[in-house]
Order: sequence, then C-alpha cells, then structure tokens
Amino acid sequence: MSRRLSELSLGESATVTQVDATGDVGMRALEMGVIPGTVVKLVAIAPLGDPLVFELRGYRLSLRRSEAAAIEVASLV
Amino acid sequence: MSIAAEPQTRTVALIGNPNTGKSTVFGALSGVQQRVGNYPGVTVEKKTGRMTVDGKRWTLIDLPGTYSLAPRSLDEMVAVDVMLGRRPDTPKPDVILCIVDANNLERNLYLVSQVLELGRPTVVALTMTDLAEDRGTTLDLPKLRERLGVPVVPIRAHKRIGLDALKTALAETATQEQPASAPESPFPEPFQGEVARIEAWLADARPGLPPLPRYLVERLLLDTSGYLEGHVALKNGNVEGLHAEILAARQRLAEAGCPVPAVEAMARYGWAASMLDGVVTRPDEPRVTSGDRVDRVLTHRVWGTLIFVAVMALIFQAVFTWSIPLMDLIDAGVGGLATLVEGVMAEGALRSLIIDGMIAGVGGVIVFLPQIFILFFFLGILEDCGYLARAAYLMDRLMTRLGLSGKSFIPLLSSFACAIPGVMATRVIEDRRDRMTTILVAPLMSCSARLPVYTLLIAAFIPPVAVAGFVSLQAMTMVAMYAVGVITAAAVAWALKKTAFKGPTPPFVMELPAYKWPSPRVVLHRMFERGWSFVRRAGTIIFAVSIVMWALLYFPRLPESTEAAFAQQIAALEDQREAADDAEAVEAIDAQIATLEARADGEQKRLSLLGRAGRVIEPVVRPLGWDWRIGAAAIASFPAREVVVATLGVIFDVGSDVEGEEGASRLQVALREAEHRDGRPLFTIPVALSIMVFFALCAQCVSTLAVIRRETNSWGWPLFCFAYMTVLAYFGAMLVYQVGTWIAA
Repeated sequence: MSRRLSELSLGESATVTQVDATGDVGMRALEMGVIPGTVVKLVAIAPLGDPLVFELRGYRLSLRRSEAAAIEVASLV
Repeated sequence: MSIAAEPQTRTVALIGNPNTGKSTVFGALSGVQQRVGNYPGVTVEKKTGRMTVDGKRWTLIDLPGTYSLAPRSLDEMVAVDVMLGRRPDTPKPDVILCIVDANNLERNLYLVSQVLELGRPTVVALTMTDLAEDRGTTLDLPKLRERLGVPVVPIRAHKRIGLDALKTALAETATQEQPASAPESPFPEPFQGEVARIEAWLADARPGLPPLPRYLVERLLLDTSGYLEGHVALKNGNVEGLHAEILAARQRLAEAGCPVPAVEAMARYGWAASMLDGVVTRPDEPRVTSGDRVDRVLTHRVWGTLIFVAVMALIFQAVFTWSIPLMDLIDAGVGGLATLVEGVMAEGALRSLIIDGMIAGVGGVIVFLPQIFILFFFLGILEDCGYLARAAYLMDRLMTRLGLSGKSFIPLLSSFACAIPGVMATRVIEDRRDRMTTILVAPLMSCSARLPVYTLLIAAFIPPVAVAGFVSLQAMTMVAMYAVGVITAAAVAWALKKTAFKGPTPPFVMELPAYKWPSPRVVLHRMFERGWSFVRRAGTIIFAVSIVMWALLYFPRLPESTEAAFAQQIAALEDQREAADDAEAVEAIDAQIATLEARADGEQKRLSLLGRAGRVIEPVVRPLGWDWRIGAAAIASFPAREVVVATLGVIFDVGSDVEGEEGASRLQVALREAEHRDGRPLFTIPVALSIMVFFALCAQCVSTLAVIRRETNSWGWPLFCFAYMTVLAYFGAMLVYQVGTWIAA
C-alpha cells in the first residue's frame, strides 16, 4: 500500500518507493539520500507540529510535512 | 622531466559536507595564519590559510560546506571551478582534501564520489571517529582505502590527533603523478554512453578548445535548471544545438530507466553502498549515545521549547551581568588615560581633540567588548555543539508563518551580533525572495552596536531591582529591546512576503547534526575573530567619526568677549574662595564655579555646528521627548549607531572631572544630571526608552547598508532599507515616549 512520508506516525519506519524529482525539494531530498529503497523512520515532530525529523542512513534529516508529502513510501513488511 | 624543480608552494583545497568539522580541520592545519576575502564577481567567501609540511609551504583553500557538487548558480560553481583549476584568481590545487564524517559515511561518500570524478589527486580525512566508536561502529579502514583508491586518514582535529599523518598523506599524494585514467564512473552504462556522445558532440562543435572535464559534461546532462548549459555557452561561444542534444539524451535516458536527475542519486548512493559493504559494522541494536538522549529532550515539544527559551534568556542575562566588572575595569583604564593626558598637556584644541575626541570616542566603544565576547562565546558554543540547526528546526514553523523558513533563523540570529555577517550568512538561503526578505529585516535584529546604547541607558535610568525575586528589571528591559526588533522584523517580513516578494514557500531540507562537545579552540577562535572585527570597525569608522564629531562640537568657538566674561566671573569667584575662611563657604563657591563652567560649556555647544544642526531639528525630535543634544547625537550616529555613545560623551562633557559612584561610568552620571533649559531632568525613563527604541529600529549603520548594496547588487534596496527603518524608528520612539509619559502621569 502506497502512502506519503508525511503520513507516518511517530516512531514508524517505511521504505521510500518514489521521489518526485521535478521540484527543488525532490532534488535536495535525493542528494540527501532519500532514494527509492531507503528505510526512513519518523523520530520527532517539532513543537508546533512541523517540521518533522526523519532518521535515515544513520543521520537525521528535517523535512516539512508538505515536503515529505512529495515522497511515496511503503510500510515495512 | 623529473629534473624539473619542485614547485615551492603547494595548494590543497578543503571540501566537505556541512557539520563535518571542516573548519576545525582548516583551523588545526593553518593555525592563526588565515585570510578571508571574496572571490571576485561572486558572493562566496574566500578563506585561505598557510601551513608548512617538510619545509615546503602550502596554501590551504577552504571551500564552502556542501552536500553535493551540483552547481546551479554562479556561487555554487566556485567550488567546482577552484578544484578543477578553472579560476584564474586561484592556483590549481595539487590535492583535494575531502573531509568526511565517520558517522555519516554513506551520505558523505555521495560528495566523495563527485570529488573523485573530478579526476584530481584526493585525500580523505575521516573526522569524528570517536563518536562512531561510542556508537559501536567499527570501520575497516584498509579495505576502504583500497576501494576508494585514495589515502583515508582518521583525525581528531580538535585534539590535534592524526594531523601529522594527514600532512604526510597530502605531501605524498601531491608528488604522485596524476591518475592515469579517470576513475571508474558510478553511473550506469546508458548514462555513460550519453556522456560520451555529448563529449564527442562538444569536441566537434568547439574545435581547438580544450575538452570540457568529464564531470562538467555529466553535469550538463544532470542539471535540469539549465544553469550549466548557460555557463558553458557563455564561456565557449557558439554551442547552438547543445540544448536539443541534451534534451534528446535525457529523453533516451528516461526510456532506458535512468531518469535525470534521479539517476545521479541512485548511482552515487549505490556506489557508496558498494564501497561500504563489509567496511562498516554496526551493532545489531543501535546503541543510544548520550547525544541521542540529549536530543530527545532538546527537540521535545515541551522541554525542548522551554530549554530553548531558557538558553536565550541565560545568554542575555549573562551578556548583561557578567560583563559589568570587566567593563568597569576598561572604563577606569580609559578614564586614567584621559587624566594622564590632561596632566601632561597644555589646555587647548589639541588636548581637547585627544581627550574628548580620540580617547573618549574609542574608549567609549571598546568598553563594550566584554559583552560582545560573552555573546559570541555563547553563540559559538551553540554553533559548534550542533544546537543552532535544532534552533532552525524549532523555529521553522514560526518562520513559515512569516513566509520565511527556519534557515532564515541563523542569519537573523547572527544579526543579533552584527547585521553584516548576518546579511552575508543569508547566502545559505537558496530562494531569492526569502533571501531578500531576510536581508531587509536582518538590520532590525538588535546587533552588538546597539548594546552600548542599551547598556548605557539601562544602567543609567532603569532601577536595578529584581522582579519576582530573581530576574532583574534591567535585564528585562534589555530583553524587551531585543523583542521590539524581533516583533517589528516579523511584521516587516510578513508584509514584504505579501507584497514585493510574493511566492511559494521554499524548501526546508536540513540535516540535524549529531551533538558533540564544543571545541574550546573553535569557540574561542570564533569569539576573538568576531570581537576583533568589531574592534576594527570601532578603530576605523568610529574613530574617524569621533574626530569629525568632536570638531563639529568644538568649532566654532565662543566669541572672545563671551569667553572673557565667563573667565572673569570664574576668576572673581576663585578670588573669593581664596579669601573664604570656613569649609562651608568654600564648598558653596565651588558649586557656583562648577555651574558657571557648565554654562560656558553649554553656550559653546549650542553655538557649535552640531548644536546648530541639533537645534534645527529639535522641533522634529521634540515629540520623541528629545532635546537638541539627543537630536545632535542621533544625527552624529548616522555612520554607525555605536557612535551615539561617543557623541553623547562629548556633548555631555564626560571629559570633566565627574567621578562616578558605585562604579557607574561618568557618562551615566552626566546623563542623569542633564537638564532641560528650564531645569527639568532631560532624561526620564520614557525618554531613555524612546532613544533605545529609536536605535533598536533605525538603520544607522553605513557598513550594513554597504553590505546590502553588495549582496543585492543595487542601491535601491539599501536606500529602501534605510528609509523604512528610519520611519519605523521615528514613529516607534514617538509612540513609546508619548505612551510612557501618559502612564507616568
């Protein structure tokens, strides 16, 4: 089942299936290692509900909800 | 050919991801021998240093921290051009030193992969291996060296471990022959085929010109923004048809399952994984480090926010209270110097120039160095331990409300120190509209140049009482002044984003670096570097302005008849004192003499050029609660706000012998004693607040305006900035004075 990265719940992990690379956000996400096959975990939500912090490849990356919505993920089996 | 003499100077270029400790490595290698300038034609800072290896001199070039060498602008092109030796203003590096964080190998190898493809001699320095050990990660370094085909040197720059090994590796790599063939490409076959095709096409289209480095040909294909195409076309004349050629190639690649630009990330991360397979071993259960535990608290919804507020409050409290003993010391030193000069020089214009112009002017500014050092000490710690990125993360939502991003937070925070580095730090903001908005509101942040104004007036007029038992009212006033700037900046940013810079909110894709203990060396270095730059400003602009202002106050002199009349009266009083027999009478006569002297001084200043200018604008500043003297000081501080302190010092005659009580400076006493012509005290709390608000909001800083001019490449924006801030400052000050007076009454 395909979901958006922004839809993960706190502490949940998922695998990236597709990144929309047409915009600036997609380009930057790709460079930072958010590519199909990467396992990404939502580890924190900012006090005001946005942005989100993800853990991937052993480091932490902050994305806004709207940006995370451009990334499709599949739940881990 | 081996007979050729070895070049005397070698060059190494440092490149790496942000947060890898690159500046620490640069600092550890070059020591204090650093030079900072600008690459001509772009806004990128050029930082160079020197070191000696085996008796040979080396030049180090520190390139901006970056996650990827994918130039999409003139600024981003600098790093690539420097490394390829394509910039005439920079020597071609003999070695490229790639700084890699051992905890983030996968992502750091993305950049390494791009660097290796440049085909230049390369050395990899591995930083933060101690943190990796804490996490239970083990690295097979020999295997990594073998796979990458370049030296990999583990270092701990802040402890100076591994630096000798790194220097040896650099020296050995520099003497080696160039790699015979370009390194193996990480890209899939179809992409390599298209690169070869474009290379062939360019060779046909540009006969006689040297071939473009392969890396740039790849970038031509990958850069969908079209920047590089323009760059190549610009540099090499007629390359018509290139665009069609590239579009066709991208089309074929998409059909072959290698869509541009995603193919690069897939290829390079695939390459990184193959390099690291069997090299990195992590524990099955990820070990929770102390940094992770700290981060959980610091990014927590409730605790994180509370700690953020507490940290900011602590900094302001510290800047205000810790600095006082040091400031008193400097103040005493300056006062002593003035007394010394007074003792050895005859009265006259020159002595007045030295005491009231030079010593008072510069002394009045360096007295605030302790505060600047304390502020930068804290900001340095936050920056070095990784908290500043958390600050951007915590603040992003708030900043998006204004249409900005959390990335504007750091430039704006730096502007609390000085708007000049703050405006320059906006270069990290890719989006032009965001960057322009940030630049235009950055001067509203209360910079260190306002501190002298705030501290002088707060210490002189805000009672040192505690509110709720522990927070001093003085510190609260200080926080309020910072808040005035922040709130106004928020409103202005919001308005600008609704009008001149309307558009979508730009991306916020940001790494949160792992926490680490701040390195004292780095923190102290930054503190002194920034403090020194303030002193340099104080020593040049402010010194010059102090002299000019002294002259404007000193000339023209009172007519001789008036001066003689005052002198006669004073001489008569002095005769009376000689004749007086009891102490009480002497005291009364002394007081009369002091009043006369002050009046003579007042006459002189009303007559002076600045006094005249002040009186001309007095009707304009009266609604602010000011008199001509404050108006004159405000005019005088146009070149730089901090000058207002020096000017007030000259206007209120701190050169005279008014010894302060309880360590308060003589200027504070002079201000407290200042009166209107009718004898009412000039400075009331509303007047002090009105002046502070004016200086919180005004754009009285020539250097900032010059930097805005340079960064925006137009005179229009700095003029706009000055105009809107002056209007806000005037009406803000008027509001505070009028409301304050109404409350007081």
